Amino acid sequence: MAIRKVCGIETEYGIVLRGTADANPMAASSMLINAYVASLQRKVDWDFEDETPGNDARGYRLEGPAAPEVETHLVNAVLTNGARYYVDHAHPELSTPECSDARQAVVWDKAAERILVASMRAANATLPEGQEVVVYKNNSDRKANSYGCHENYLVARSVPFGRIVAGITPFFVTRQLFTGAGKVGSEVPGVSTAEVPFQLSQRADFFEEEVGLETTLKRPIVNTRDEPHCDAQRYRRLHVIVGDANCSEVATFLKVGTTALVLSMIEDGELGRDLTLAAPVAALRQVSYDLELTRVLALAGGGTISALDLQWEYLTWARKYADAGGLDSVGEEVGAEVLRRWEAVLTALETDPMALATTLDWVAKYQLLSAYRERDGLSWDAPRLAAMDLQYHDLRPGRSLAERLHLERLTTEEEVVSAMTEPPPTTRAWFRGKCLQRWAPQIVAANWDSMVFDVGSDPLRRVPMMEPLKGSADMVDGLLEECTNPAELLRRLGT
Amino acid sequence: MAEREQRRRPAPRRDDEVVEEETPPRSERGEEIKAELDDLLDEIDAVLEVNSEEFVKSYVQKGGQ
Repeated sequence: MAIRKVCGIETEYGIVLRGTADANPMAASSMLINAYVASLQRKVDWDFEDETPGNDARGYRLEGPAAPEVETHLVNAVLTNGARYYVDHAHPELSTPECSDARQAVVWDKAAERILVASMRAANATLPEGQEVVVYKNNSDRKANSYGCHENYLVARSVPFGRIVAGITPFFVTRQLFTGAGKVGSEVPGVSTAEVPFQLSQRADFFEEEVGLETTLKRPIVNTRDEPHCDAQRYRRLHVIVGDANCSEVATFLKVGTTALVLSMIEDGELGRDLTLAAPVAALRQVSYDLELTRVLALAGGGTISALDLQWEYLTWARKYADAGGLDSVGEEVGAEVLRRWEAVLTALETDPMALATTLDWVAKYQLLSAYRERDGLSWDAPRLAAMDLQYHDLRPGRSLAERLHLERLTTEEEVVSAMTEPPPTTRAWFRGKCLQRWAPQIVAANWDSMVFDVGSDPLRRVPMMEPLKGSADMVDGLLEECTNPAELLRRLGT
Repeated sequence: MAEREQRRRPAPRRDDEVVEEETPPRSERGEEIKAELDDLLDEIDAVLEVNSEEFVKSYVQKGGQ
């Protein structure tokens, strides 16, 4: 049986400092995050002890100038909801805490947006008159500079990496049908707005490889970063870089929910026939550029298939998998909802895509811009449409066009606001968050798989958290209730 | 096509509707959304960036992951 698909979303946000000529994005990002953290109580720093982004899932380790950097000098905080909030590559980035299903991922992803909104408010209160910091939840500046929204999924180490690549690649190439956040034009050199007036995905233009370790150039469809942040003997963390940042809750839910389900099926060897594509990188763009959703993709083993039909195949296998009792790893109730919505979305895409204008980002944006274009007689390369494309992702309440379109919600405002400070109760994020809420002054540093306490005269004590599901409310609430201070907690834990 | 219909589990909700293959058709719901959209466009005019060209030009990000 597949292991629980613990998951999370890390988003790099676009940032603009208005009202000054010499804005530095790193300084602006630091200022933004520091302003938020200062508005809370005490800041606990991130612990870089286990950061090894150069480890490759194919079994080797990259050293030297090409290895991904760990930027230890920039602002980096851990929040009481278990999230990490930091500056990465000149962007503010927020990694949600570990979630145990797709619905939780939606809640904590929305909470992340609210944290960015609160950060803007806190930062702007400190800025000189006329200056304003603005944050965007998108993936490109429309000038070929892209920044990511990555997903992470827990996968059993016993699954050969090659099997993951073979099973997930056709799925990744085609899931943009519902995960795409939409973009006016293309950023590939030489591709004109006449050829590509609008495309499904923000990110498809930026992928050049099928498999690889890179994340900032020559981006691969399947990323091989092997940095599990937990027991490496038992687990791997699949680091997914091919997705768009979604404003739509349904799109986020489907993105995480279907991917987790497909990974469980790969783990259990329950995919049907081989759907390896002849040219996955080209197909990624082809699918993104095809607004009619009808073009076919060549299969490596001969024959062709449309992106929609490919998704129908995966859905059919997933239903069979569910019927055989396979939804345990993604949560029974959530898994059933994923299947229901996956089918509804594929059906609508096939018969009436515009019916998804309050459901999916790319459709919402496409319909808005098409209506605006028609009303004003604009061509697709009009600056106004490009501006609206960017402003769809503006996180300022009142300015966000996504917000104005009244996209379907899966969460309540209460649970989202609560998730800004409360961790998910079903993973080790609970233990991390609850300890931070109680004992922040005695926590020197924290990261995904450990926390370091300073309880006075003793040396610093590290508490390892190598199991992503251990540390849940069920497991530790009794213990935490009984301990009045961290020294007692450490004694009870026997560290 | 017939083969795919067999593979699919429950009947799609819009089975009874005529499916046009050429362009994405507009359903009643689509029309409703469009009517709402016309009002929305006026509302959106009020919040759009004043100088589109300048805004798009000045929106420059460093590449990330």
